[in-house]
Amino acid sequence: MESIEIKRRARIWIVFIALLAAFFILVSLNVMLGSVQSSISDTLSALFGRGGDMADILWKIRLPRMLACVLLGGALALSGFLLQTFFNNPIAGPYVLGISSGAKLTVALVMVLVLGAHKSVGSVVLIGAAFVGAMISMGFVLLISQIIRRSAMLIVSGVMLGYIFSAITDFIITFADDASIVNLHNWSRGSFSGISWDNVRVMAVVVIVTSCLVFLLSKPIGAFQLGESYAKSVGVNVGAFRVALVLLSSVLSACVTAFAGPISFVGIAVPHIVKALLKTSRPLLVIPVCFLGGAIFCLGCDLIARTLFAPLELSISSVTAVFGAPVVITALLKKRARS
Amino acid sequence: MDYFFSTKQLTVGYNGTPLIRDIEIRLQKGRILTLIGPNGAGKSTILMSITRQLKSIAGTIYIGDRSIEEMTNRDLSHHLSVVLTERLRTELMTCEEIVETGRYPYTGMLGILSAADKAAVREAMKLVNVADLKDRDFMCISDGQRQRVLLARAICQQPEILVLDEPTSYLDIRYELELLDILRDMAEERGITIILSLHNLSLAQRVSDDVMCVKGETISHYGSAEEIFQRNLIHELYGLTDGSYNPVFGSVEMKRPPGTPHVFVIAGGGTGIEAYRTLQKKRIPFITGVLHENDIDYQVAHDIASCVISEHGFCPITDSSYQQALEKLHTCDTVVNCLVEYGEINARNRELFEQARLLGCKVVENVATL
Repeated sequence: MESIEIKRRARIWIVFIALLAAFFILVSLNVMLGSVQSSISDTLSALFGRGGDMADILWKIRLPRMLACVLLGGALALSGFLLQTFFNNPIAGPYVLGISSGAKLTVALVMVLVLGAHKSVGSVVLIGAAFVGAMISMGFVLLISQIIRRSAMLIVSGVMLGYIFSAITDFIITFADDASIVNLHNWSRGSFSGISWDNVRVMAVVVIVTSCLVFLLSKPIGAFQLGESYAKSVGVNVGAFRVALVLLSSVLSACVTAFAGPISFVGIAVPHIVKALLKTSRPLLVIPVCFLGGAIFCLGCDLIARTLFAPLELSISSVTAVFGAPVVITALLKKRARS
Repeated sequence: MDYFFSTKQLTVGYNGTPLIRDIEIRLQKGRILTLIGPNGAGKSTILMSITRQLKSIAGTIYIGDRSIEEMTNRDLSHHLSVVLTERLRTELMTCEEIVETGRYPYTGMLGILSAADKAAVREAMKLVNVADLKDRDFMCISDGQRQRVLLARAICQQPEILVLDEPTSYLDIRYELELLDILRDMAEERGITIILSLHNLSLAQRVSDDVMCVKGETISHYGSAEEIFQRNLIHELYGLTDGSYNPVFGSVEMKRPPGTPHVFVIAGGGTGIEAYRTLQKKRIPFITGVLHENDIDYQVAHDIASCVISEHGFCPITDSSYQQALEKLHTCDTVVNCLVEYGEINARNRELFEQARLLGCKVVENVATL
């Protein structure tokens, strides 16, 4: 084998192993750190021992929250990657295109209605509502993309769409019951707090199944990187493929929004970081590593959000923005340099 | 006769609006069909339609005796591959990865390449001389290299029909020739049927077996390269008024300098072309003679001289031609003699030059000084 090929493979393995290590370290830190600190031995005994306060904190709060970070972080990154592929636009993502906000609107609506009637909202209902909202805003984005071909304008339109949906959401929250406002307020700013095991079970099924489907689409996604015409010429059923991309990315971002609210920049930043690290855009590699990268990104950001000013908690979006926005700016500058 | 690729009453256009009607392509296996015609005449529209990138409005397209409408995308991709004009923008893809996408129809669920696929990729890259680019980023190579990489991509798809839309647009002359030579080789050696559009008429004449002229609503002409590359037909196709097309060279001359000529050029045997072109560039009208009609000078003079005094090929200059030349010489005040040697059939051109001197014409050695 030639040396370039060896180097390329070595790079991929090193990146992969480094990310796995970072993943496990962050998983441990997310379980151990918090307003109540816990050492490694404490943690292990609390997890596998006889219970106690620490065990309660770990099992009821930190573990489900950590798992949500992993699953939803991965989902966000994949959703962003799919949208970037779909629009052939490096800064497309569920948040900037207003898809998260659309999902947020319908979820808020459902929450206010159901919580107002003093019932609890099931995870599946939440995802369903979010999916409907995501599809509605996706519909608008698609309509706009038919009219506006310039990719920068598409992003601007998406951001505007997001503002409109957010404004409507704020109206709804304003008129909501006092009791539900507290809940809604936290969620609508984006947060991984208050995730239950029931939530985790449902999101695990949705996210894992969807992500596997995305992975199975690696081949047409690869062909699509040369543009629609070339993809068609090698036998991709472009119509069905586009529908699949829209549905899968909407399911993923809907799932995230249903449980954690709108989270900015993960969807754009992670695929860029991953491609830059791997030095390839081969979907077969990028898709799994994107998932891993999204999980790491959210684990890290949530850890900071929880612990930086503990016991105060920052909204997750403010943390993801601090780390994600510079990546997006870099991507834009690179794009400018290329063209 | 059996045709490998054909269309029947094909009408193409956008959004249901017909642009070109009744396209009848009849192409045998291993032949090259070139679409020529003015910009915006619909060459790309036809190519997009026969590759099913664009839905055709009416009519049928056949590969062998199968209509491509009945084929699945995958099926079609085994028969036909394309090189498009659109400029690709890729991210972090090496040239090899670009070429590998051509193997898409042959790989499994996840698109992982087998040893045979990799061999096909290598072979295609070698064939178009891009093997040494394999690890380079596709965005960081020249336009000519990119075009060849895309050709390699289309070749490794192992098609029976290859469709190329303006494949030489971004290429300099060396790569243009090289690319067309590769196409010719593929047609001859592998029996691949090739359909392409070209702007460069001289190369179109050289590479094509069949030619289709696309102009406006219908196909204005369709035939063999010999039938199509005729002076009047090309003039009509492109609406040429200032300038002319010469089918012998397959090249064009710019327009004849206007005005009354006062310069007489004595030439023959290819000695005059340089002077003619220089005078043309300086917009100086001129008369030339006596040229034999089978002389290479005659071909050029015919298009850019105000008046050519000519003689039948292989015959010595006759009295009448000589007299005619002499008459014209009287109207001129400058003479350029390009001839350095004289033979039996053009001996009288020497006399003509002597007469010019006697008449007091200014003798110019170097036309550029005029």
